[in-house]
Amino acid sequence: MTARAVGFALNGEPVAVLAEPLTTLQSVLREQLGMTGTKAGCRQGGCGTCTVHVDGEPTLSCLVPVENVEDRAVTTIEGLGSPEEPSALQAAFHEGFATQCGFCSPGMVAIASALLERNPDPSAEEIGEALAGNVCRCTGIAPIVAAIEDAAERMR
Amino acid sequence: MSDAKPFDVIGRSHERREARGHATGSTLYVDDVSYPRMCHMKAVRSPVPHARIRGVDFSEAERVPGFVTHLTADDVPKNVYTILCLIGVEPDEEQVLASERVRYKGEPIAMVVAETEEAAFEAAAKVKLDLEELPAVFDVEEALAPGAPIVTHWGSNYFVYEGHHCRRVRYGDAPAAREQADRVITGRYQMSPIEHAPVEPTGCIAKPEADGRVTVHTNTQAIFFSLDNTAIILQVPPHKLRFVGGTVGGGFGGKVDVIVEPLATLAAMRTGRPIKYVYTRQEEMQVSSTRSANRIYITDGINDDGTIVSREVTSYEDAGAYSRHTPYGCTKHAANAAGPYTIPNVSIDVHCVYTNRTPSSAMRGFGVTEASFALEMQMDRIARELSIDPWELRMRHAYRNGDERPYRKTTEDATLIETMLAAAELAGVELSADLRAMSSDDRGVPA
Amino acid sequence: MSTLRGRGIAAVNYPTGMNLGGDPSQALIHSTPTGAFMITLSSTDLGQGLRTVMAQIGAEALGVPMETVHIDTADSDTGPHCMGTFASRATHRVGNAIMAAAKEAKEALMDVAADELEAAPEDLETDGEGNIRVVGVPERSISVTDVALAAHFKHGRTLSGRGMYTKQKSEVDPETGAMDPDSTEAHACTVAEVEVDTETGRVRVVSLRSAYEVGRALNPALVQGQITGGAWMGMSHALYETTAPYYPAIDHGPEDFTHYLMPGAAELPEIESTILEMPSVNGPFGMKGVGEMTANSPIPAIANAITDAIGVQITELPITPEKVLRALEDSDSQEAA
Repeated sequence: MTARAVGFALNGEPVAVLAEPLTTLQSVLREQLGMTGTKAGCRQGGCGTCTVHVDGEPTLSCLVPVENVEDRAVTTIEGLGSPEEPSALQAAFHEGFATQCGFCSPGMVAIASALLERNPDPSAEEIGEALAGNVCRCTGIAPIVAAIEDAAERMR
Repeated sequence: MSDAKPFDVIGRSHERREARGHATGSTLYVDDVSYPRMCHMKAVRSPVPHARIRGVDFSEAERVPGFVTHLTADDVPKNVYTILCLIGVEPDEEQVLASERVRYKGEPIAMVVAETEEAAFEAAAKVKLDLEELPAVFDVEEALAPGAPIVTHWGSNYFVYEGHHCRRVRYGDAPAAREQADRVITGRYQMSPIEHAPVEPTGCIAKPEADGRVTVHTNTQAIFFSLDNTAIILQVPPHKLRFVGGTVGGGFGGKVDVIVEPLATLAAMRTGRPIKYVYTRQEEMQVSSTRSANRIYITDGINDDGTIVSREVTSYEDAGAYSRHTPYGCTKHAANAAGPYTIPNVSIDVHCVYTNRTPSSAMRGFGVTEASFALEMQMDRIARELSIDPWELRMRHAYRNGDERPYRKTTEDATLIETMLAAAELAGVELSADLRAMSSDDRGVPA
Repeated sequence: MSTLRGRGIAAVNYPTGMNLGGDPSQALIHSTPTGAFMITLSSTDLGQGLRTVMAQIGAEALGVPMETVHIDTADSDTGPHCMGTFASRATHRVGNAIMAAAKEAKEALMDVAADELEAAPEDLETDGEGNIRVVGVPERSISVTDVALAAHFKHGRTLSGRGMYTKQKSEVDPETGAMDPDSTEAHACTVAEVEVDTETGRVRVVSLRSAYEVGRALNPALVQGQITGGAWMGMSHALYETTAPYYPAIDHGPEDFTHYLMPGAAELPEIESTILEMPSVNGPFGMKGVGEMTANSPIPAIANAITDAIGVQITELPITPEKVLRALEDSDSQEAA
């Protein structure tokens, strides 16, 4: 057996999983750790629905072998807020009609949250650039940009 | 315009109840659900657009650790996939799994079931196909020309509409009116096949229940449509199946093809285990049905004063290898192919043409997107050639309430004129007083 | 190198629903013992907000607050038949089914309330806030909750309703095409402005200004969602998307989002829209389906704007930079000839 234990911090709590080499962080999160908020829209790095934070950096979890996050801090959408206590960004999304089918929303929130951490007052262009790797098929993108601008204002 | 009755609840922008779940990643989609002992199913597909199947060899696939079972055409109780059979559309031509011939690149020939997704992918890749390639046809007009490779099994590459080779609309006498017209303006308009590309891939999980029924979690857009078709294919009473869903990560018409449920349910019944069958993104992109690439020819007879006296539309709808919803789509297209305009002589032929391409099917705007694209470019062409204001041309011909459509239905709820006036105002376009006085209830300004 | 500007328009209709097999949908409504109303369907929400709009229709038709109406969908064991969510049919058909079911449920509700208030049902009204009162005598009032409790435990009555919408099936005449294919027509008109770079062939959509006639905007924000999302998809269809870049050849078909081009945030035009409401004859509260229409008018509007900019019609989608450059080249050589 070639599977080995990989330990990392998940949303602030230590976890350990048993995984074969090259098992993606995405599949470990979804299948072993019950973190189904991180989605699998393409598994090719093309849609952004699998975006998580690794040590605060937005990362496509479908392209990362879980071994690469050993001893690091992983934050998923579940760690960014909850239905009972949504973050300001999440509140801006649901109040601002920035989600329709919702499938891209966790990835969008994850990437936007990382953006606002490093740039609390982004321009529309900077927001658009941050979203370039995230596909939304329903909203036409503009409502998502508006929600992020709204969140930035709420957070200031 | 709108009546003044106050409403308590409608007319207000109530927030969606699922929005909070969406934004926090707590909404559950099909792929988020998993069961103990669940297996995964993947497809073995034709790598070529047209071929006779000589043999399928599973011997290497079976040796992949985690391999559970495989399905071929022989395993499917009623191996016919005619999703419109529920409303009597014939003939049966598509199989759930191909047995003798494949008609498009990507057509499924077998399914493999394994304990893990990786094992299923590996096993599927190791299935050996013995195929004899056949000549293929990809162009709609070539497909209708003599000598073309025949895609269907009834000898011609078109759907037969009650004895006719196309869906027809005949209103007045368009060819005669065209002869009398001052000039004729023609156009050829070509759509592209496009993908629905929902961010959530098509998929389902079929789970056998202790009482002998099967529960299918699916992201279909049509619960009963999928259930009834699955029951027919599996030859079981519909009440043996329970379909649950209702939360779809984008559909756009691409999740009404009942493509994953029948085989997942069959595998669940065979193995007694839950079966997950979810499309990969590659399958979504190149195997799942597309919008039809219509090729539309419009020939209009027009008088020098700009009156369109006749409109003839010949449209070729590229159904791809199989019918799916296209025979119905052609009818819907035919109804809309002359546009929201009143023209006294109309002739429409919509051909449902088969080619060795990925089947096309319903997609947002089915039949009307194509018509609107061609018609509005044609109206533009007419306006330019006759130097008529493009607003005026459209508004003069816009249908009014009480006008008869070419398919002989009396128009009601016509509001094209009012919509155009509002758009012009929004865009800062100054229209003449005559145009601004027009209404859908009144033919005031003579056409 | 230059940038050419152009403007184009398109005016379209969009039919609501289909005729296939009667296009049916059903709804069941029942009250809980404490007067919340469950509307049971088997319809699907694709993201357009079906559950919310159906709850709005139910609440309005019953005369009760939105918060007390819940949608239970989709389970084929418990939900009555629905044809599905497509063809811009759902709000119209399912909404009408809900209104029929609500009518039956409300009759029972008002009947029991009348008994409790010792009044005639026709003298009562709902206040939209969870109460039923005698018209003109607001002190004579009872909560919906109390009516429900009375119905369940005293009167032995169910406060429930069944509703179905179906369109009379009409066959298509094979000779003339005479048919009745749909229930109503919505309309849209788009004015598009584009800029074409004559050196690269790239088209930039500067603005899309549109009017949409929707019958009745049951939830304006959700209608706007379809407008904005549809405009984006239409623009994408006009300029970017294809599964067969060398159609009809099947070669080089994109297999991932990297190769299947769609516009990103940087390509978004200015989108302005206005909504008209001219109620339909047969939609719930006069609504018309709009989910598909919103992607349609931008496509030819953009194509026509490109024609205006470069003087040549490109009649094949998607209108890629390559097609623009070839069209410019062809028209140059025609001029030179």
